[in-house]
Amino acid sequence: MTQAGTLAWFAQHETRLAWRDWSWLLSGGRRRRGYVIILGAVAFILFTHAFAYATLARSADFGAAPDKRLLVAIGGTLLLYWSLMLSQAMEAVTRAFYARGDLELILSSSASAERLFAVRIGAMAVSIAAMSLALAGPVINVLAWLGGAHWLAAYGVVIALAMAAVAISVLLTIGLFRMIGPKKTRLVAQIVAAVIGASFVIGVQLVAILSAGTLSRAVAFQSAAIVDRMPDPESLWWLPARAAMGNGPALTAVLALGIIALALVIRVGAPRFGELALAAGGVSRSAARNNRRSVGFRPRSPGQALRRKEWLLLLRDPWLMSQSLMQLLYLLPPFFLLSRMFYGEGHNTALLVPVLIMAAGQLAGGLAWLAISGEDAPDLIASAPVTAARVWGAKAEAVAGGVGIVFVPMAIGLAIVDPVAGVVTLVGLALAGVAATLIQFWFRAQVNRSLFRRRHVSSRIATFAEALSSILWAGAGAIGVVNLWPAIFPAALALLVLGGAWMLSPKRP
Amino acid sequence: MSEIPPQAALEIRDLAKSFDRPAVDGLSLAVRAGEFYTLLGPNGAGKTTTLRMVTGLLKPDRGAISVFGVDVLADPVAAKQIMAWISDEPMIYDRLTPLEYLHFVAGLWGVEHATAEARARELIGWLGLAAHAQARCEGLSKGTRQKVALAGALVHEPRLIILDEPLTGLDAASARLVKNVLRERVAQGCSVVMTTHILEVAERMADRIGVMCDGRLVAEGTLQELQHQAGAGLATLEDTFLALVDSDRADGPIAA
Repeated sequence: MTQAGTLAWFAQHETRLAWRDWSWLLSGGRRRRGYVIILGAVAFILFTHAFAYATLARSADFGAAPDKRLLVAIGGTLLLYWSLMLSQAMEAVTRAFYARGDLELILSSSASAERLFAVRIGAMAVSIAAMSLALAGPVINVLAWLGGAHWLAAYGVVIALAMAAVAISVLLTIGLFRMIGPKKTRLVAQIVAAVIGASFVIGVQLVAILSAGTLSRAVAFQSAAIVDRMPDPESLWWLPARAAMGNGPALTAVLALGIIALALVIRVGAPRFGELALAAGGVSRSAARNNRRSVGFRPRSPGQALRRKEWLLLLRDPWLMSQSLMQLLYLLPPFFLLSRMFYGEGHNTALLVPVLIMAAGQLAGGLAWLAISGEDAPDLIASAPVTAARVWGAKAEAVAGGVGIVFVPMAIGLAIVDPVAGVVTLVGLALAGVAATLIQFWFRAQVNRSLFRRRHVSSRIATFAEALSSILWAGAGAIGVVNLWPAIFPAALALLVLGGAWMLSPKRP
Repeated sequence: MSEIPPQAALEIRDLAKSFDRPAVDGLSLAVRAGEFYTLLGPNGAGKTTTLRMVTGLLKPDRGAISVFGVDVLADPVAAKQIMAWISDEPMIYDRLTPLEYLHFVAGLWGVEHATAEARARELIGWLGLAAHAQARCEGLSKGTRQKVALAGALVHEPRLIILDEPLTGLDAASARLVKNVLRERVAQGCSVVMTTHILEVAERMADRIGVMCDGRLVAEGTLQELQHQAGAGLATLEDTFLALVDSDRADGPIAA
């Protein structure tokens, strides 16, 4: 048996917690038979591999010698992955600082907290690598099948990138703590995470829009204008790309850099983690902030009180704000494309309409979950002299208001450029928003608002139905702009999905 | 059991609710207008389930509940209009300030704005919340949060206040303040129904006490009446309570 308080003992403890967390995530918090989970995992693996094969099979010869164009495509894709890893790592580090969990128990014990934090930083790297490999694994496997086993080296690159992402995130977060203090770090770190996650994707899309008038990232990586401006193939910048393609020395260098970066950060960061976590804990426990400007909360009716409450809570939640900001950031490229159309450089509305409808459906689903399932004082609302219909109505109005503020101005802008596209978008926004809200209403479950990040786990049927419904309404919108009648087909399918969701939703007395 | 005037603040008849097993089993009780009524019972006796049915948070399997003559099951909105509910876990929003919370609750109960503002300010002063009025509830202590919840329950001036273990986790000063507020409300004609595990509170504050066990009311009355029911020689409510519950349960004594 491992001796208590040692690095191995903490690693064992963390592994057990992580395993139970993953089991909960996989089973949706419900008791399920093991074979159901295994069947689900096998189906997921088969689907992702089939998808990767369908995408890659028609591509160029993977056995060819690496030229600059291939290096740009692989390097760009790795950078895309890495920006997402960095964003996830920033969020994980911030969560580790601010979540109370067992920190106080461990910090108040005689065990070495430094060892625990060393393990926790390492665990973050493992978790980020695992998450990235779940996405990249099928692509790497298909590449290895089609182009040769040397592509398997990409696994090592993804692991090295995960280690580097965690190392940089820990340093960034500790730096933020030192510079702006624990009070502001949480909000700033979450916003930085959202911006990092979105910025590269958006940047590439903006380049694609400018160079080819499209949102496609692949086009940007293949564009001659971009390829010509990139460093020579011999440059060290292409080390990760070369490593991913199976170059042994490059892979060794990339892995070594990742391991050294993580080891250094563990050495420097672990002793400070406890002190900073305590400071972060002090923020939530400290005396409440006074003299804050109070919002004029003057409801004239129960419905108005509920609507204002929902909006105020959303505006005051930094984490939710950062998530919403992320969604808004992703809307920047379509918005940019829209302004480009406005100034007459080509019309590509069929691309813009589904993007807006899809995003509106997703935002509506998130807001509806917060308003319906994430109600912090359900007993208070249930004990108020207001009918349930009025409560749900007010909450739906709050969701509609939130979605409307974001998307209606864009739809109006689109209508100025192309009235048909504008009208189709407005109708699509309404339909996708109503459908997502209804699905959240039918699958409502009382949970803590802070579990927003895991809302998809509470009901996989609701998650699937919400995504499918948004995709179908987006498809109907895209077709509807060109020709109205064929749009009836995806719209009818969306209604079928809605009907199916209603039939599968838990029955309530 | 005591005779109740024609229009009781709360009247429960043959109330029943089962989950895996019966939680409330044919319960009948009545609370007079202007009375402080305390419901006692061991864990799992059905006290919270009963109160949640009274406040419309749970639907009973059978039975009738009326509040000041209003049928809770037939007209829940009218019944809720004159009731307030406070649980042991304060139902407040972390990201609202106490003042905003009170305005929100007043809005839910349809209290006119000027009245709500005046009552909110008065309650904040009365409950010693002035220093926190503009601070978000997320940083408040458990006792202060409970006081905010209490202020929320009082801002619409209910005729019947229902409290489930409201003193759990409160320090002595906060507990005393809550008790004083409840006493004053009762003195003004308000009715209070409260569950508690702190027998001393029931002994000092309640006009009448109901003892529940296994979903049923096993005894009811003033402290003296309960002592009489339990038998001679029992000096405190604790002794009386344990004797009443023990005599109802054949499977052994109840922990104090």
